[in-house]
Amino acid sequence: MKIRWSKIIVFSVCLIPVARLGLAAYQGNLGPNPLEFITHATGDWTIRFLLITLAVTPLRQLLKQYWLIQFRRMLGLFAFFYGTLHLTTYLWFDKFFVWHDIWEDVAKRKFITVGFLAFVLMIPLAVTSTKGMIRRLGKRWTQLHRLIYVSAIAGVIHYVWLVKADLRLPLTYGAILAVLLAYRVMKWAAPKLAASPTTAAASKA
Amino acid sequence: MLIKNKDSSFVPSSEITPKRVYVNRRTFLRNAGFAGAAAIGAGLLGRAAFPGEVRAGNPAAKIAGVQKSLLSTTGEKLNSLKDISSYNNYYEFSTDKYEPADLAKNFKTRPWTVTVDGLVKKPKTYDLDAILKMAAPEERVYRHRCVEGWSMVMPWIGFPISVLIQQADVLPKAKYVKFTTLLDEKQMPGTRRAVLDWPYTEGLRMDEAMHPLAIFTFGLYGEMLPNQNGAPLRITVPWKYGFKSGKAITKITFTDTQPSTAWNNAAPNEYGFYSNVNPQVNHPRWSQATERRLGEFLKRPTLMFNGYGDQVASLYNGMDLKKNF
Repeated sequence: MKIRWSKIIVFSVCLIPVARLGLAAYQGNLGPNPLEFITHATGDWTIRFLLITLAVTPLRQLLKQYWLIQFRRMLGLFAFFYGTLHLTTYLWFDKFFVWHDIWEDVAKRKFITVGFLAFVLMIPLAVTSTKGMIRRLGKRWTQLHRLIYVSAIAGVIHYVWLVKADLRLPLTYGAILAVLLAYRVMKWAAPKLAASPTTAAASKA
Repeated sequence: MLIKNKDSSFVPSSEITPKRVYVNRRTFLRNAGFAGAAAIGAGLLGRAAFPGEVRAGNPAAKIAGVQKSLLSTTGEKLNSLKDISSYNNYYEFSTDKYEPADLAKNFKTRPWTVTVDGLVKKPKTYDLDAILKMAAPEERVYRHRCVEGWSMVMPWIGFPISVLIQQADVLPKAKYVKFTTLLDEKQMPGTRRAVLDWPYTEGLRMDEAMHPLAIFTFGLYGEMLPNQNGAPLRITVPWKYGFKSGKAITKITFTDTQPSTAWNNAAPNEYGFYSNVNPQVNHPRWSQATERRLGEFLKRPTLMFNGYGDQVASLYNGMDLKKNF
C-alpha cells in the first residue's frame, strides 16, 4: 500500500498535542497540579478529535472535497488514542488501579458513568476500523459506526456534568456537535420530505 | 436565417488554464485544504503557554514584625510561593485556575476601604491600613483544602477575625457575619459574565467567626498577599472548603439570619452554608474521601475538619453534619 505524504503530515499534526504535553512535562511546565492538567488536556483533545472526525463528512459533501474521506479513520482513531490516554490518567492518577473504587465511581458518579460509556462505545469502532473488518461487516459496518454519535453526545454530557459553574467550553462543544448531528438528520430527512407529497399524490391517483 | 458567428468557439489563449494547473487541480485544492486545516489546528492548539511558563508577579513588600503563631499547623511541608500564586480559584478574574495570576497583576489594592455594617452600634467604613493595624501580624501555617479535591499548605499572615468583631460594637442579636468581595467589572473580567451571583458573598456563624483559627489574611510567605490570592484583605477559615474563605473583602455585615452565599446560591445541593471539610459527606458529583496534596503523586485521606477537629469540632456539637453540610 502506498502511504501518501498527506497522511504522514496529518498523522504528525495529530500527535502535536501529546508531544507538547510530553515536552511540558519534561520541562516541568505543567504547573502546580500536573496530573489534573494532563487529565483535562487529554479529555479536551478526545472531544475535539471526535468533533473533527464528525466534521469530515459534512465538509467533504458541502465543499465537494471528497478526498477528505481518506483521513476520517485516522482522525477517529486519534479520538480513541486521546480517549485512552484520558481514561488511563483517571485509572492511574485518580484511582491508582484500585478496581473496587473504580467500579464504585463508575456506578455511582454519573459524570464518570457517562464518560466511561463514551469511551467503551469507541472500542468496537476502533476494533472494526481495519479494511478487513469493513469488508466483512459490509452494511452492518455503517450501522455499527453510528455509535460515534452516541459516544460524542456522552462525551459532551460527561464534560457538562463535571464542570462547577462555567459551562462555556462544554456548551461550545455541545453546540458544534449539535450542528454536525443536525446536518446528518437533515440529509437523512430531506429526500423523504421531498418524496412524500409525490408518493401521496401517486397513491391517490 | 442561420447566423453563424465564426468566432464563437474562439477562446483567447490568455484565458486557457495551463495544463499544468488543471491537471493539478486536485493537488491545489488539497493543499488549500491543508493550509486551512493547519490554521484551524494552530488555533485549536490555542494555549499560548503552559502553566509552568507563566512568570511570577512583581516582588511584594515585606511585612515587618511578623510573629510565628502557636496555632500554626506543624509537621507539614509548605507549598512553594510559586505554586500558591499560580493556581487560584478566583472566579472574579477567570474560571481557569492558571489565569488569575496574570489577570490580577494590575489589580488596585490601594486606596481600599472596608465597610462594617448591619447589626452594629455604629456602621463604619475603615481605611484598609486602619484594619491592618488592629493587631500584630501573625504567621499562620494552615492546610487549605479545595472542594475540588486538592490541597496545599500555606504560611498565611494575618490576625484573628475576632479582633475586628470586638472593636465593631456588634449588637447582641447578631448571629451571623457576611463577607462581601469587591465587584469591579473593569478590573475583574470574570464578573462580566454571570457565572456566580456577583458580588461574591460568604458567611460564617458568629461563633465560627470568633474562633481563634479564623483569620483576616493580608500576607503570605512574609510578604504582602499576591493579588491573585485575595489581596489586599481576605479571610482564611482552614477547617472549611477553600471557597468559604472570601477574597478582596470590602464589606462585613452582621445579621441575625443566615446570609445567602454565592456558591450556595449557585448550587444549594452541592455547597452548603457550613461547608466544613468532611470526608464522610461527598460532593454529589465526586468523592471527598481523599485529596491530592499538590506536589504529591499519591492521594491522601481527607481529614475531618481538615485536621482541625480538636479545635473546632465543639462548634458543631449535636448538629447533624450530613444535613448541615
